Amino acid sequence: MGLFSLKLPDVGEGVVEAEIVEWHIKPGQTVSEDDHLVDIMTDKATVEIPAPVSGVIKEITGEPGDILAVGSVIVTIETDAAAASDEEAPPLRQAQGEDKANKALPDSKPTPKPHSEPGPKPHPRIQSGAGSEPVEGWGGEERGSARPLASPAVRKRALEADIDLACVKGSGPAGRISHQDLDDFIASGGRQMVSSAAQMGRTKRTGINEHKVIGLRRKIAQNLAASKRNIPHFAYIEDIEMDALENLRAHLNATRTKEQPKLTLLPFLSLALIKVLPDFPQANAHFDGEAGIATHYEAVHMGIATATPNGLMVPVVKHAESMDIWELASEITRVCNAARDGKGTADELTGSTITITSLGALGGIASTPVINAPETAIIGVNKLQVRPVWQDGAFAPRKMMNLSSSFDHRIVDGYDAALMISKVKALLENPATLFM
Amino acid sequence: MSKTIKTDVLIIGGGPAGYPCAIRAGQLGLDVVLVDKSGLGGTCLNRGCIPSKALIHAATRYAELTTHAHDPAMGISCAKPKVDMRALTGWKDDLVDKLTSGVAGLLKAAGVNTLNGWAEFADAKTCTVTLDDGQTVTISAKNVVLATGSVEVELPFLPFDDNRVISSTGALNLTKLPKTLAVIGAGYIGLEMGIAFAKLGVKVSFVEALDRILPLYDKAITRPVSRWLKTHNVDMHLNCKAKGLSKTGLLYEDKDGAEHEVTAEKVLVAVGRKPLTTGWGLETMGIDMDGAFVRVDERCATSMRGVYAIGDLVGEPMLAHKGTKQGEMVAELLAGHRTRFDPIAIPAVCFTEPEIIGVGLSPDEAKAAGQEIITGKFPFAALGKALTMQGGADGGFVRITARKSDHVILGIHAVGAHAAELSGEFSLALEMGARLEDIAGTIHVHPTLGEGFAESALAALGQPLHIAR
Repeated sequence: MGLFSLKLPDVGEGVVEAEIVEWHIKPGQTVSEDDHLVDIMTDKATVEIPAPVSGVIKEITGEPGDILAVGSVIVTIETDAAAASDEEAPPLRQAQGEDKANKALPDSKPTPKPHSEPGPKPHPRIQSGAGSEPVEGWGGEERGSARPLASPAVRKRALEADIDLACVKGSGPAGRISHQDLDDFIASGGRQMVSSAAQMGRTKRTGINEHKVIGLRRKIAQNLAASKRNIPHFAYIEDIEMDALENLRAHLNATRTKEQPKLTLLPFLSLALIKVLPDFPQANAHFDGEAGIATHYEAVHMGIATATPNGLMVPVVKHAESMDIWELASEITRVCNAARDGKGTADELTGSTITITSLGALGGIASTPVINAPETAIIGVNKLQVRPVWQDGAFAPRKMMNLSSSFDHRIVDGYDAALMISKVKALLENPATLFM
Repeated sequence: MSKTIKTDVLIIGGGPAGYPCAIRAGQLGLDVVLVDKSGLGGTCLNRGCIPSKALIHAATRYAELTTHAHDPAMGISCAKPKVDMRALTGWKDDLVDKLTSGVAGLLKAAGVNTLNGWAEFADAKTCTVTLDDGQTVTISAKNVVLATGSVEVELPFLPFDDNRVISSTGALNLTKLPKTLAVIGAGYIGLEMGIAFAKLGVKVSFVEALDRILPLYDKAITRPVSRWLKTHNVDMHLNCKAKGLSKTGLLYEDKDGAEHEVTAEKVLVAVGRKPLTTGWGLETMGIDMDGAFVRVDERCATSMRGVYAIGDLVGEPMLAHKGTKQGEMVAELLAGHRTRFDPIAIPAVCFTEPEIIGVGLSPDEAKAAGQEIITGKFPFAALGKALTMQGGADGGFVRITARKSDHVILGIHAVGAHAAELSGEFSLALEMGARLEDIAGTIHVHPTLGEGFAESALAALGQPLHIAR
């Protein structure tokens, strides 16, 4: 027995979601290949979805009227086949409204009050469509496959003349290369060109591909543009000596139990922020510029900017202030993986009060992170490297790391920002104080 | 008394890869020696393509006459036909003899020195041939082309005994029809033979380990064959494994492990073919292998300089026409030409009932290769010529698969009566880089089956003439 997961197919160019119109089957029902399963409607047309395999309907997703993202599983069919076909994606239990399917960065609306026990209401699963898809074009410059289009006789002549057909421009339909094209290529000295530059792979690149910015990518674009447009960013960069923290981290990792996760820098930085933020409530806040209200939060809901296959997302560690270092590490890993796998719930992807962004092993020397609106601060981690530091009359090798930060200058004064970062620096350079 | 020959080109094996290589090399003025033991023309002419098609043709004729004997379709009736298998195989053997002697003549005309004997290599460039009369000849060659072909795979628990357990070779030489026949393996060889015997009135049962017939083709294409088998009372035991002989038939195990028996006077084992890599000194030549096959590059060159290998010996698909093309190519290479084996696609045909032809990618394969595609399908039932040949009712169709962006054709498949004869145009379309518009824009003779190809291209373009959109 195998399970076949039918995903909502791409029903039309640029369509990222579709509405269920009518189910023609029920769970438990036996269907044959090509049986009519469900009608779905896009803004372009209503489409019948047939059964791709025969079997018994295990599960269906969504009621008429629900809007599902392309690529989400709509039906699971138990087949006789020995092996399960298609990978199992999590069922999309409930997803309504135009906006939700593509939401990654939180919208500017109040976050849940600090009481958010996981309630009985189901969290909508969020799955995003691909960030961008190529716009169809008619042949031309773009060749659908690596292999040039040419008849056997033309291919043979080219081989004999030592010409790579990939370098020859075809004048025929779909770029087909004719004998005349080959003659022209040779006459124009193409052969010499091929034997030197082109053999080194140096040919002109002439392809142009337009990509529609849709789905999550469009959302990211809108949010970041709004953030940069509305928020006067104040960037501040400080360097931090990491030797003590790195020693502690190495020790903890070496002596941790099997159940304890491996510690990265992020949980330590989170601890430091959790410790200083009560003194700087304006940096753990949301600012609604139109209403003129800054909401300060006692809770620290730590957003972790995460690269996912679909683009940038910010999963959130809720109530970070209630966790110890191990819990923080586990929770950061869990929400980031959920976001990467497209399994993050809406609750896990919204409601951060401050955001950390880290480029991991890359990191650079400094960065100017863009604030995750409506928050008022974002902290960026840069590369850790051993640098010579002048100490006690001599240069000493020290593990140094820059910490980049951006603040909403409307709400956070430069002096307060600098003071806050200096306290974070002091905590990180004296890691014992993190745990006092 | 041993004599020694020195030659430019030594070709081992006179099958559909080796003999065209020899002819072309001879035409190009090379000094060529061809060594063959099992009959010029190889498996193809002696034990494969040709005799099986002869048997299929005769069986089809017999089946038609049987039909007319109890149903005067088209107003034609006749007495119940009889088949004399000795005469049938005799007719087939005459045909084979004619073709193989034709090959001998062609080789002679090309100046090829053909030796009937078994070659054994001492090193990569030297072999000793034991001739039919017991004499030996030592040949040393500048270049060697290996074309030893393939043999039927034997099941260890059901070895061929030329009596009850037979290979496809044995099945082609039966002088008496069995009442019942079990065929192990529902690939193209098993199906071609099994269907032929079913047409001759034998009760045929298949035992196949997979859950379907012809796994190399998609289900849409094989469905008409499955339907024919069902309506012609051929028992299909899919998902079943052959276990061994019983007194009256073949034992097999179903997927739940339960043992069953199928009555079978003869058991045909058709579970595939393997390259012939033993018994002729391959191990002395220092050549790299690729699994069971000899490893070659796009020029069919082995890892040993001056040693080439072609045909079934170098891998799938094990098809005569692939070997022939490789043979021609290697001969040209040896004559100093620049060339390589670079087909867009190698067409394949199953002479089942109805016939199947496939070249290039199926829709699923094209999608798996990341192509965005459009397809067009045209049923034989809507084709006048097919109807006049009673070929419209068996579910046949032509299906074309093309890239959506530029309409370049990626694959063409057809199933239906006489569909195999369409293969040439299909392959040409792929090799020439044809687009749907090229096929649709080519005038196809009415009434022929080829019209179905043009119509499938029109269907893919959304403008079929002879089916409703």
